[in-house]
Amino acid sequence: MSPEQSTTSTSSTIESVKVPGAGEIPDGCDTPNVPGTKSSTVSSLSWFFSLENRFLAPMLITCILLGGQLTFGMLESWSRTFLAIGASILMELMLGRLMVGKYPYLASAYISGISVGILIRSPFVWPYAMCAALSIMSKYVLRWRDRHLWNPSNFGVSAMLFLYPAAVATLSIQWGNSLWPMAIIWCLGAVIIMRLKRFHICLTYVISFLALSYLRTMITGKPWASTVAPLTGPMYQLFVFFMITDPKTTVRTKWGQCLVAFLVAVVEMTLRLAEVIHAPYYALFLVGPAAVAIEIALSKPCKSVSEVETVPARDICQPTA
Amino acid sequence: MDMKRLILGLAFAGILLGPSVYSRLTKPKIVDSIEESNSKQSEVLDRYGLWFKESGKQSGIEYRHTPPSVDQRLAHIEPQIASMGAAVSVVDFDRDGWNDLYVSNSSPGSLNRLYRNQQDGTFQDVAAEMGLADLNVPGTGACMGSIWADYDNDGFEDVCIYKWGRPELYHNDQGKRFTRVTDSAGLPDWVNAGCATWFDYDSDGFVDLFIAGYWPEDVRLESLEHTRIMPESFEYAGNGGRNWLLRNTGNASFVDVTEEAGVTSTMWTLAVVAADFNEDGATDLFLANDYGVSELYLNEAYAKGHRLREVGKEAGIGNAPKSGMNAAVGDVLNQGKLAIYETNISEEGVLIQGNNLWFPMQDTKLEFQNMASVMGVELGGWSFGAQFGDLNNDGNLDLYLTNGYVSGDPATTYWYDFSEITGGHSQIISDAKNWPEMKGRSLSGHQHKRVWLNDGIGGFTEVGQAIGITDTFDGRAIVLADLQNRGSLDVVVANQSGPLLLYRNQIQSGKHWIEFELEGTESNRSAIGARVSVYWNGQRQLQELVAASGYAAQNQRRLHFGLGPADVVKKVSILWPSGHEQIINGPAVDTIHHIREGS
Repeated sequence: MSPEQSTTSTSSTIESVKVPGAGEIPDGCDTPNVPGTKSSTVSSLSWFFSLENRFLAPMLITCILLGGQLTFGMLESWSRTFLAIGASILMELMLGRLMVGKYPYLASAYISGISVGILIRSPFVWPYAMCAALSIMSKYVLRWRDRHLWNPSNFGVSAMLFLYPAAVATLSIQWGNSLWPMAIIWCLGAVIIMRLKRFHICLTYVISFLALSYLRTMITGKPWASTVAPLTGPMYQLFVFFMITDPKTTVRTKWGQCLVAFLVAVVEMTLRLAEVIHAPYYALFLVGPAAVAIEIALSKPCKSVSEVETVPARDICQPTA
Repeated sequence: MDMKRLILGLAFAGILLGPSVYSRLTKPKIVDSIEESNSKQSEVLDRYGLWFKESGKQSGIEYRHTPPSVDQRLAHIEPQIASMGAAVSVVDFDRDGWNDLYVSNSSPGSLNRLYRNQQDGTFQDVAAEMGLADLNVPGTGACMGSIWADYDNDGFEDVCIYKWGRPELYHNDQGKRFTRVTDSAGLPDWVNAGCATWFDYDSDGFVDLFIAGYWPEDVRLESLEHTRIMPESFEYAGNGGRNWLLRNTGNASFVDVTEEAGVTSTMWTLAVVAADFNEDGATDLFLANDYGVSELYLNEAYAKGHRLREVGKEAGIGNAPKSGMNAAVGDVLNQGKLAIYETNISEEGVLIQGNNLWFPMQDTKLEFQNMASVMGVELGGWSFGAQFGDLNNDGNLDLYLTNGYVSGDPATTYWYDFSEITGGHSQIISDAKNWPEMKGRSLSGHQHKRVWLNDGIGGFTEVGQAIGITDTFDGRAIVLADLQNRGSLDVVVANQSGPLLLYRNQIQSGKHWIEFELEGTESNRSAIGARVSVYWNGQRQLQELVAASGYAAQNQRRLHFGLGPADVVKKVSILWPSGHEQIINGPAVDTIHHIREGS
């Protein structure tokens, strides 16, 4: 999970209204549209779960962090997670100021930092800071037509796993193997993702994974229970709900999003057949940017607003009707 | 802007790739062959102050462990199920002043070995004539280890052999023969034991017996009723075997006091060490649990009627679940405080749990902090047994660690399948039939061992390959013992499905030492629980005499202290389990002292 949740809401907002001139998703353009302004007719609860609540994603991931740590002690340590958050925010502030000339909205960096703090497992301190810094830097460096290509934390985590295997592993089983954490994530995740109109992505991926795991069983002769096992663990639900739904790793049309989710599952299956342990991260790392790049290439260049610009949302975004 | 982007891009590439390139370029070369390492012997002796030479065969030890057998329904994952049982203990069973070795085997019908020290550098197996060989009788389970203590205070060390099966108790008849007393002693019928130890939990002068279960006690691995026997979670499993705390009545029998003592957890325990961690005079228990958090039981014997209270979380050691496989204690900074070394799993690119060095904080509250990373003893592969001991007699406790889980085809690995299923729901992971077939693949096999030398100021340096430790067997138990009464700690390693290795230790001249053999009178005669502090050259080192230490191992009863170049010891303080303190001023160095309580 990384800025996915934050950018998901932003993306959906912009998709709905198609603001002329706004073009690209501005990270941080989703200034809170609090009850009492234009959405005053919406109930507080609806607003809370609406696309306009820019605090929804940070709050959600904070809840996941607290829930996981207080029940299972899933973090390596509080201090390392705080380091990742701090490094992420600091890097965002520095690069925002340096590259755009303004201090950016920090929800995205906060989410990236927490994501790194949750997903990275290392006995050392430096990978947490390094992964967070790389995640944020990737947004500013790896760009095409003013869009960044990789989901930041997916890039950071994948790079660390690939380049520093002696020092870094990823979260896998630190939420146990029981049903209730999974159920909570499913309930919470489903509510959020359905509100954000992205549940079809999760569903496509889950169905694809189930079918392809059966195919893997046919190919390898391993028990189906073992090939499907990852999908039955709580940690995988975070990947399903909060990582592959990130608009930065997918495209804008509904069928395109389903196709990307399916392709992530296909590439993941290929990697799993090659016994690549971090297959889901690498599959998303490969498919996400490719899909976005194809979409950019096929679309007409248009005037865009830098993703990291702190343009007041009211200037470019309209609330959903 | 373009220049900014260029600089940013270069910085990004530098951060991304720089450390990786640097670490690959500066990666130390592994010494792979014994010939290569031998050629550097004199250089290494000068540099590190010690050198090891494997000399098992020359010493008359030709032994290879054979693993337990398992039900056919576990055949597809047999190497990881039958992955334990290679154990070794040091005991002077005949009281001739020379350390002997007892080695466990595990396959049905295989024989255990009792290697009597011939006092000339060689050993002779006398297990059969002593009555301690045939302990793997089909239907009675597989030996997992042995633990020695003089339970009836007659002066000779008796033995409990714990198994995945029926635990056995043998009485030592004056060092001439062992008599099986299991039935009359009141031991449980069946325990799939992961570890055991002796300690005087109620301070009555008789050692009590603690046995911790690994598999649940209703499981018979050789003939399963069903295949739902695996841990329900890789890190949060509570479906392991039960514990047994057996109080010694002093009348050659034992009473189960597990419930009233409060040691009722059902974790998958693999190692135990009993020591007085809070220094209140009562011996506490530390349990290293596989698939879960560690446990620390404080003995509130004086306050609440011999009850052990679990304080793992509040003491800081019970929060992060790992794969505990070893428990050893040592005063690593010569501060008079015992730290605990607990081993776990680290596999590059897959799972980096890291080992734990639970270091006691200096305040009054009992609290530990994991200092393994800071001190450089965190990464040791799939770590099993480890022991503290002053290997080079420089006055600081070093650390020897063995590792390696299943060495199959070195070109293959089972890690992918392992990680895939362990991430699944408990209903999947707990059923053995869902586990993919291993097909001869390795699972963290062929690993290099670690020997960390302690610099005494908070850092350890890994020198294993350089000083002659070049084997890559699947190591399990380690013991440290002065096998030739020459003031240096030799190392014996029991390897799963592998040979018993005896590493002779050659120490650079000019280093002094002192050793103590203790005999309790008011305390238990084995003096288990005695705390000895040696004061020399402005330093103080504490050692506590424990029974079980490490994994499936028991070190020599004798306590060994290296002194470095110092040839004078100011004083020695012995705090006996009875509570009496005995002070010895100016004992001779380079000497083995026999101390009797109160004399």
